[in-house]
Amino acid sequence: MQLTEKHKEYWHKNLMITAVLLAIWFVVTFVEAWFARDLNNVTFMGFPLGFYMSAQGSLAVYVILIGVYAWYMNRLDKEYDVDEGDE
Amino acid sequence: MSQYIAANQATQKAFFQQLKKYYGFYTLGFLGFLVFLAIAEQMGMSKKWIGYWFLFATIALYAGIGIMSRTVDAAEYYVAGRRVPAFFNGMATGADWMSAASFIGMAGTLYLSGFDGLAFVMGWTGGYVLVALFLAPYLRKFGQFTIPDFLGERYGGNIVRSIGIFAAVLCSFTYVVAQIYGVGLITSRFTGLEFGVGVFVGLGGILVCSFLGGMRAVTWTQVAQYIILIIAYLTPVVWLSLKYTGNPIPQIAYGEVLQKVTAKEKELTKDPKEIEVRNIFKERAAAADAKLKNLNASWKADQEAAAKKIADLKAAAAPAPEIAAAEKAAAAYKDEASAKDAYTKAKGLAARAAPPKAHADPYPGKDEAARDNARLNFIGIVFCMMFGTAALPHILMRYYTTPSVKQARQSVTWSLFFIFLLYFTAPALAVLAKYDVYYFLVGSKFASLPAWAANWAAVDPTLLSITDINKDGIVQLAEIVLGGDIIVLATPEIAGLPYVVSGLVAAGGLAAALSTADGLLLTIANALSHDLYYKMIDPNASTARRVTVSKVLLLVVALIAAYVTSLKPGNILFLVGAAFSLAASAFFPALVLGVFWKRANKWGAIAGMIAGLGLCMYYMVLTYPFFGGTAANQWFGLNPISAGMIGLPVGLVTIVIVSLLTGEPDAKTQALVEHVRYPHIKGDTVNTLGT
Repeated sequence: MQLTEKHKEYWHKNLMITAVLLAIWFVVTFVEAWFARDLNNVTFMGFPLGFYMSAQGSLAVYVILIGVYAWYMNRLDKEYDVDEGDE
Repeated sequence: MSQYIAANQATQKAFFQQLKKYYGFYTLGFLGFLVFLAIAEQMGMSKKWIGYWFLFATIALYAGIGIMSRTVDAAEYYVAGRRVPAFFNGMATGADWMSAASFIGMAGTLYLSGFDGLAFVMGWTGGYVLVALFLAPYLRKFGQFTIPDFLGERYGGNIVRSIGIFAAVLCSFTYVVAQIYGVGLITSRFTGLEFGVGVFVGLGGILVCSFLGGMRAVTWTQVAQYIILIIAYLTPVVWLSLKYTGNPIPQIAYGEVLQKVTAKEKELTKDPKEIEVRNIFKERAAAADAKLKNLNASWKADQEAAAKKIADLKAAAAPAPEIAAAEKAAAAYKDEASAKDAYTKAKGLAARAAPPKAHADPYPGKDEAARDNARLNFIGIVFCMMFGTAALPHILMRYYTTPSVKQARQSVTWSLFFIFLLYFTAPALAVLAKYDVYYFLVGSKFASLPAWAANWAAVDPTLLSITDINKDGIVQLAEIVLGGDIIVLATPEIAGLPYVVSGLVAAGGLAAALSTADGLLLTIANALSHDLYYKMIDPNASTARRVTVSKVLLLVVALIAAYVTSLKPGNILFLVGAAFSLAASAFFPALVLGVFWKRANKWGAIAGMIAGLGLCMYYMVLTYPFFGGTAANQWFGLNPISAGMIGLPVGLVTIVIVSLLTGEPDAKTQALVEHVRYPHIKGDTVNTLGT
């Protein structure tokens, strides 16, 4: 099996989106946890922000990240003609 | 080809519609069952019978699904025929994922440890981002049956596969013991059956299902179990939220409740009555400490004093219960060892002399160093739970069951969404329960405790015990000792709901424990039957024989697990945490590099997996008291539960270094890596789909 330039480009784009989403994941997880005490000085919807993020905010971001990945990649498959042909 | 796909498409769509209809009816049927029991309760059905109804009706239901899904076909047995739609695979993964610890223990942990407990909430959800980005789509494209399968195929040879089997069995077994324990606990608490009997009734439910139909039966049962467990979790919390905030969406409404709780914490810290109780604990702890230092003299003095008291009471012809109490107290001083235990326990009262923990405050500690250490361990738990999630074989296996790579990706989204529903409710429940305790239980009179507190304190003192320490007849916060599990178990009563909802919660907890145990037992049996027996011992075995071997192994593993559970091995929470650290260290680096780095080779994987897993186990033995270690051995003050934070990076670096030092993988392996990276390439001749 020989990969074409187009195939390589697809994989490269996959790596890019993976890196971007992973960076957001890192920020809402570890950076958030590291500065949780400072974030708590900010109030958000009646919650201290650090607490809110760890209890709900970061969780919601995770769901969105995965949703975006699935949507983006399933579109990319079609664009680069590597989709499995269902639908 | 396209015709075939179109036809397949149409069947798949019809199948999805059919499933929606079935589970729609099923949900309505279950709600009808609830209404029926609620009416029966009003007409005077006893609590015990409501408990029995929930237990037997739900187990019969799961067994029924198991019998309907029985199969001897390998693809059906191992991966449910690879036609589970994304939406339903998401539900099944949710049930597979959420264990007794999540369902019953999580809110309690959050109640007791406040912000610091959120490490588990974040870790057990954020891990799915890693599953989605690094694993699910690629494993689905690879399309075999188990996780060791992937390792064996990608790195070649039986050594990697064997390490994979060992690690899969090790972490799944540790985890399954915790689940069966949960099953025994719930059945015994709600039906009055003995713990051992409860374990075996639950085990029966697990076995009928997975034994007959393997992954196919487990999948459809897990969907049914998810529906029950989510209804059971949300109903009481929504009610409680409505009661205290007037808003039925607890996740939004609890902000103001949290503010009230925080205000009360400050008040209780300064309250003179609270301080009085805390000082009594401080004095008792100090006295016990003094006695411990001079053990020989003090236990004899206490023994004599106790004997004298009994003699005095008898001489004064005191009432029998009073004498019995004195005799019971005297038993603590019958020898030096038991006196030492009693003093050590009393010394531990110092913990209760502390003012209430601020719920929303991250990383409390007496000085900056202690706070930094708390932060490090918070991050350690988040790290290990996340990477462990993305490495536990029973979860990854579920993504082999979707019809396509596309659906595998969507399926992770659904999985996390369904898990998220429970996990973002748990922090709200913890705060609402705390509000109830701080505002209504604290300050109530001992003579007229709130009904739920009086009931639970009578049923099980390990869950709730309240003692009037300063003898003022009024409950102080420092006088309450609360076991975490009570938060979920007592919520229906705190919210003032009928007993049928308590039964529902028990059924939900049971569903959570059974579904996870199902997935884990199947993982162990498959690793042994498919990877060890079929791939390594007898590659010519017929399909029927492979499935039979798997079923026999399932039975054997289940019995061993039940036996180990009946020994009641210590600290369940640690066992669960350990499973995550072990999985993260053993699997994550090898799986991810296997897809993302073509240069990773066999020797790198062998060295990396052994180094990661070995170091992780070594650190646990070194630092966890159960294995004879001590906290003094900790590196950077990292708790043993987070051993994966050391094991995983070392494993990763080892794979890279050893791979670079040894030869490049062959062309066939490189083609395999390219094959899994693309959902479909025209003219791709590599075919890894397992049959």
